[in-house]
Amino acid sequence: MKRSLVLVLCTALIIGVLSGCAQTTSTSGGDSDVIKIGVFEPMTGANAAGGEMTVEGIELAHKKKGEVLGKKVELVIVDNKSDKVEAANAASKLIEQDKVVAIIGSYGSSLSMAAGDIVKNAQVPAVGCSPTNPLVTLNNDYYFRVCFIDPFQGTVMANYAFNNLGAKTAAIIQDVQNDYSVGLSKYFADAFKKLTGNENSILTTTSYNAGDQDFTAQLTSVKSLNPDVIFAPGNYGESALLIKQARDLGINAPFLGGDTWESPEFLSIGGEAVEGAAFSSHFTSEAPVTSVSDTFLSEYKEEFGQDANAFAALGYDAYMLVLDAIERAGSADSNAIRDAIAATSGFVGATGNITLDENGDAVKSAVINQVKDGKFVYLTTVEP
Amino acid sequence: MSIQEFLQHLANGTSLGSLYALIAIGYTLVYGILRLINFAHGEIFMLGAYIAYYGIFFTPLPWWLVFILASVLTGLIGLLLEKIAYKPLRNSPRITILISAIGASFLFQNLGILIFSGRPKAFPAPAFLNGVLNIGGVSVGTISLIIPVVTIILLVLLTFIIQKTKTGMAMRALSKDYEAASLMGIDINKVISFTFFIGSFLAAVGGIMWGIKYLQLVPHMGVMPGLKCFIAAVIGGIGNITGAVIGGFILGLGEIMLIAFLPTLTGYRDAFAFILLILILLVKPTGLMGEKIAEKV
Repeated sequence: MKRSLVLVLCTALIIGVLSGCAQTTSTSGGDSDVIKIGVFEPMTGANAAGGEMTVEGIELAHKKKGEVLGKKVELVIVDNKSDKVEAANAASKLIEQDKVVAIIGSYGSSLSMAAGDIVKNAQVPAVGCSPTNPLVTLNNDYYFRVCFIDPFQGTVMANYAFNNLGAKTAAIIQDVQNDYSVGLSKYFADAFKKLTGNENSILTTTSYNAGDQDFTAQLTSVKSLNPDVIFAPGNYGESALLIKQARDLGINAPFLGGDTWESPEFLSIGGEAVEGAAFSSHFTSEAPVTSVSDTFLSEYKEEFGQDANAFAALGYDAYMLVLDAIERAGSADSNAIRDAIAATSGFVGATGNITLDENGDAVKSAVINQVKDGKFVYLTTVEP
Repeated sequence: MSIQEFLQHLANGTSLGSLYALIAIGYTLVYGILRLINFAHGEIFMLGAYIAYYGIFFTPLPWWLVFILASVLTGLIGLLLEKIAYKPLRNSPRITILISAIGASFLFQNLGILIFSGRPKAFPAPAFLNGVLNIGGVSVGTISLIIPVVTIILLVLLTFIIQKTKTGMAMRALSKDYEAASLMGIDINKVISFTFFIGSFLAAVGGIMWGIKYLQLVPHMGVMPGLKCFIAAVIGGIGNITGAVIGGFILGLGEIMLIAFLPTLTGYRDAFAFILLILILLVKPTGLMGEKIAEKV
């Protein structure tokens, strides 16, 4: 019995250590010569690729500019595991244990929203890199973002479907657990109905759960309706699989989606099936928009040996924006930083000029990318 | 709904169901012999898929050999798991060993994240297995035709081993009475090891088939299939191999038909499986094929 108890305890200990481990770049605390900035991003789970790409950009920016107000900046990176509960825990940990002055993150609107009340109550400003759901910043004076929001993104794709593809009807397949997917689908539907002037132009809105692997039942129903396009925003993994299964079932309609599709896994899992899939995004290495874009692109290429993606660019911008705000505030006090971030106007970032509106959202142009020969190819830029 | 659409749903459901059935066999086998619900079964399944993935990338061997070797290797890992995490607890209360199984499951998941990284990997399935056949307007993936065949072959093979061989007889004896079996000169350790090897081997076969069909490998990929197949095993009568296969098909078809006929309920797909579990436990706890045995005290 004693032996078994030891074993159980050992197992519990190992699990605790493994599951609770946060990647912290350094553990020194309470040091006034250091300004701590928290980063909470999904490094594991369904959004792992997005989180990793974003962190690459943040670390690149940190490497380039590691000091502000004569103090060293320390990044405290925590994995939110693509999970809403973990995201809230991660944000609390950053604020309570690590005493960060500002937070960057997270990829995934649901994950950012999970941290919304926590940063608001603790009065620590947070800057999202790529959460696009409007609810992330709405009624929250402490949440900001460096990207556009879904009402715009949905309209961009609806316009593309109607004007460029000549679509008259569409089907929507959304991930019901994902605020991003549900929100974007709604905005797409609204815009598409308006464009076609037909209330019934969305033939169906069908759903799945994040983590599902089999979409054949939903797709079989969609196939029988024969839509001109299918709008299916969601995680890159599920989306790639969904498109693959659609093609196997003989569905030939073009697939459209949102910014989350931009990840190498979308291409490797989807293979030939995702050829022609088009989606909106924030930035592309093929169309640099500012002088900072060029510097960022060359720095990224030198560091990682490949062309930069939109998420790394947004991570880079979020970090630089926070540092810029600290400089403008002239202090590392969270409320002073918040006010400085809120007053951001004409900040030149890699993804464009960032001016935050009254909700704390950036108003920026979108790009449309398409998969061609196993690569993301830039199609066009859409101004707001 | 047109006939063709219905047939397509039927094909989709059968294909999903046969995969559940395949994984449920291993689950039910270990339970049937040892009365242990091996909650790490889903993680063994995940390991099988990953080992096959790395085997294809890092060895020059042909894919079929990699698949066989990966399954054998996974079987050995299962055997080792039993030796480390379950064997020392064999004489402890049943709940202790169950907790150990849950611990092992978390351990494997987190090790998976550390070793394989949390980002998904695309399974390098041989191209011809990923083909699609069109039969009278119904599209069926080649792999979806192969999986039921593999399931049936393994079912027959396993039934043969258990019913006709000496080891099988020992396994059955063990499942009836542990101590009596050992007093009759049966080497319990050997039989249990063999059971775990076979169970884990089957999980690996399931993992590889899953990889070919769904292409995406992530360290937590075993969690949902593990739970679903546990449900399938319970529906069929846990411990009964034929029952597990039937349970797998019922669950797969049920899930697909739920979405097909009640599209508004798609978000409740997993809930459906768990409601089915609760219903079975309430109405017929022994499952469809399960025998009624008085609980040993």
